Amino acid sequence: MIKNPSRAGGRLARHALLACLLLVALNAAAQTPAASDAAPARTEVKESTAEHGKFSQLKKPFKTGEEVTEACLSCHTEAARQVMATRHWTWDYVNPSTGQRLGKKTMLNSFCIADRSNEAFCNACHVGYGWKDDRFDFSSERNVDCLACHNTGQYAKIPGLAGHPAYQRMEYPPDSGKFVEAVDLPKVARRVGKTSRATCGACHFYGGGGDGVKHGDLDSSLKQPDRKLDVHMGVDGGNFTCATCHKTESHRIAGSRITPTASDPHRAILRGEKTDRNPASCQACHGDQPHQPGPGAGLLGSLTRGDRLNAHTRTLACQTCHIPAFARGGVPTKMFWDWSTAGTLDADGKPFQKKDEHGHVIFDSKKGDFRLGENVEPDYVWFDGRVDYTLKSDRIDPAHIVRINAFHGDAGEPDARIWPVKRFRGKQPYDLEHLTLLVPHTATPDDTALWFNYDWDRALAAGTAAAGQPFSGRFGFVETEMLWPITHMVAPGEQALGCVECHSRDGRLKAVSGVYLPGRDHSLLLDRAGFGLAGLALLGVLGHGTLRIFTRRKHKGHGND
Amino acid sequence: MIERIYLFKRFERFWHWSQAALALTLLITGFEVHGSYSLLGFGQAVSTHTTAAWLLVGLWIFAIFWHFTTGEWRQYIPSFDQLGAVIRHYSYGIFLGRPHPYRVVPERKHNPLQRLAYLGLKLAINPLIWASGIAYLFYAQWRDLAPAWLGLQEVAIAHTLGAFMMLVFLIAHVYFTTTGPTPLAHIKAMITGYEETH
Repeated sequence: MIKNPSRAGGRLARHALLACLLLVALNAAAQTPAASDAAPARTEVKESTAEHGKFSQLKKPFKTGEEVTEACLSCHTEAARQVMATRHWTWDYVNPSTGQRLGKKTMLNSFCIADRSNEAFCNACHVGYGWKDDRFDFSSERNVDCLACHNTGQYAKIPGLAGHPAYQRMEYPPDSGKFVEAVDLPKVARRVGKTSRATCGACHFYGGGGDGVKHGDLDSSLKQPDRKLDVHMGVDGGNFTCATCHKTESHRIAGSRITPTASDPHRAILRGEKTDRNPASCQACHGDQPHQPGPGAGLLGSLTRGDRLNAHTRTLACQTCHIPAFARGGVPTKMFWDWSTAGTLDADGKPFQKKDEHGHVIFDSKKGDFRLGENVEPDYVWFDGRVDYTLKSDRIDPAHIVRINAFHGDAGEPDARIWPVKRFRGKQPYDLEHLTLLVPHTATPDDTALWFNYDWDRALAAGTAAAGQPFSGRFGFVETEMLWPITHMVAPGEQALGCVECHSRDGRLKAVSGVYLPGRDHSLLLDRAGFGLAGLALLGVLGHGTLRIFTRRKHKGHGND
Repeated sequence: MIERIYLFKRFERFWHWSQAALALTLLITGFEVHGSYSLLGFGQAVSTHTTAAWLLVGLWIFAIFWHFTTGEWRQYIPSFDQLGAVIRHYSYGIFLGRPHPYRVVPERKHNPLQRLAYLGLKLAINPLIWASGIAYLFYAQWRDLAPAWLGLQEVAIAHTLGAFMMLVFLIAHVYFTTTGPTPLAHIKAMITGYEETH
């Protein structure tokens, strides 16, 4: 019933539009009678104007990644300089709103904790070649890895090789019995292309040490998702690549969780429009009033569902309703990671793993205990886009859960919206005397790394030394929490949350304060007084009625009619 | 001798019964939106509530017009003449089988207690529900202009207060319909328009 006015309005608008188009078309046909002759014969046309396979520069027996980069730069002369100006290269960033020095180079998290002393392993995800310690040359253009993002398959940077792929078949880690095949560099180089879900995903789907571990809304299921998993990226939906939204100019990629856009109360960005807005926000394409309004666009239109939903955009992030759950693609995400049990060996002194009924690892002597989640209902928090982090130099209070990052924002602030987040918890090492979170040395094979020696003392001594962190030698494990904004895995509209998911006494927004939420909130006093009074009124009339029935019988003889 | 008086004209009866149906719908869906129970589902309850509210607004506009053009609004001018007698009747006279002290005529069809109750409904309960309901509905349009003390919570509380008052009115009103010469006499009168006096 409610929908009719808006539909009728929409139909009217569509008819009007159709009529206009028809007029324009007739007009055009009248003016250019030969227009139909101009249609070219259909041929298979490549999207790109350049076929890299035909380039002589790329027909070389490349031995190393750096040689490929030099070939790329012989035409794309500015590309390396552009990349080197981005966080993909620097892993270093000063947050302008807090002044905190951020970026993977310095930050801690509650997954693999930090890359310091583990560079050769972790920095397989650096867009460069050779970053294995603090002597890496950040100014050398040939160290930039073009292929990491521009390969179209069969290229992999191996953890442990400091950003290099395997140039020959090799056993890695040494003496592990596991072999890595050599990459065919000449072939990969001749088939370069645009970035894809697979190239971005090669790192961003595997953050935190494995598929889906870190984000919850990014995992390998997004390589070939259906539209039910992600309406934009779905191969049967928009088939977007990451760069469709994360619009890139001069290798600067828009949109980042380090400086997120929590609210964007504007209409859609027009093509060609000069703007500082983040093109990766939902509103950049959909605008901030994305639901079909009723007639009168909001004034009379408070009648309609579309207007009512549009009014919600003042309070909610789009993601809150449109991502009903994360880790929906069949890949579980880590929800809890307890490092304190890492190093536990079996009766024979050997490392071991435990798996759950689905075959997912839930304990590993290297890493400790995990709890995994699939189809996880997010937590919801007020968020205005400002985040600050607990850095390795910050003092912590081990009596409370240490927040690795803190999302700011309060109800009623113009920039704050209610956002869905993954609330990741865990336990990780801290210094009992200095009260700081500690960087362990874990991943590269030597005689101090935790994953090869199962000895926390040596691992922390080596990790903190590499990180330039004081370490008293006494350590414990503190509970930590980290929030991850949920923004991918946007479901089709019909799967968006229904009203009652939040508008009920026990709904999803139960813990979100600062806003009056009909259906959830009520004045207990008024309810008691109101229902009490109604109850008394009911008792009163029932009593009065009963008394009438009894007395009426008594007086019936007197004739009441 | 039974006398039949034409008391409720056609529009008046239409107005009364559609208002009754809408008020009942609004109470049922309203308390669902309030979170007191789950019946239609929140979204459906909201749309039904909103639709019924707009219909009632439309009906009220007609009713107000009707009251003023016909002069029927005078029926609600408070009168304290015989008020004591009417209260005494409902307090004990009714149990003694005594006849109602008030003589109904078309120009004065409501007894003094009814006049006061309906005037209260029209001047206190309805305006409270109207004002708070419209503020609730158009919250998105005025929230930026509102002083700090006035938010959705205050509006919702005022609206809920109005709803409780309406609920209590409804309970009493429905009960009083049974206090006629026969339990269904008043209801019959509101359907046919004719009241039988004795």
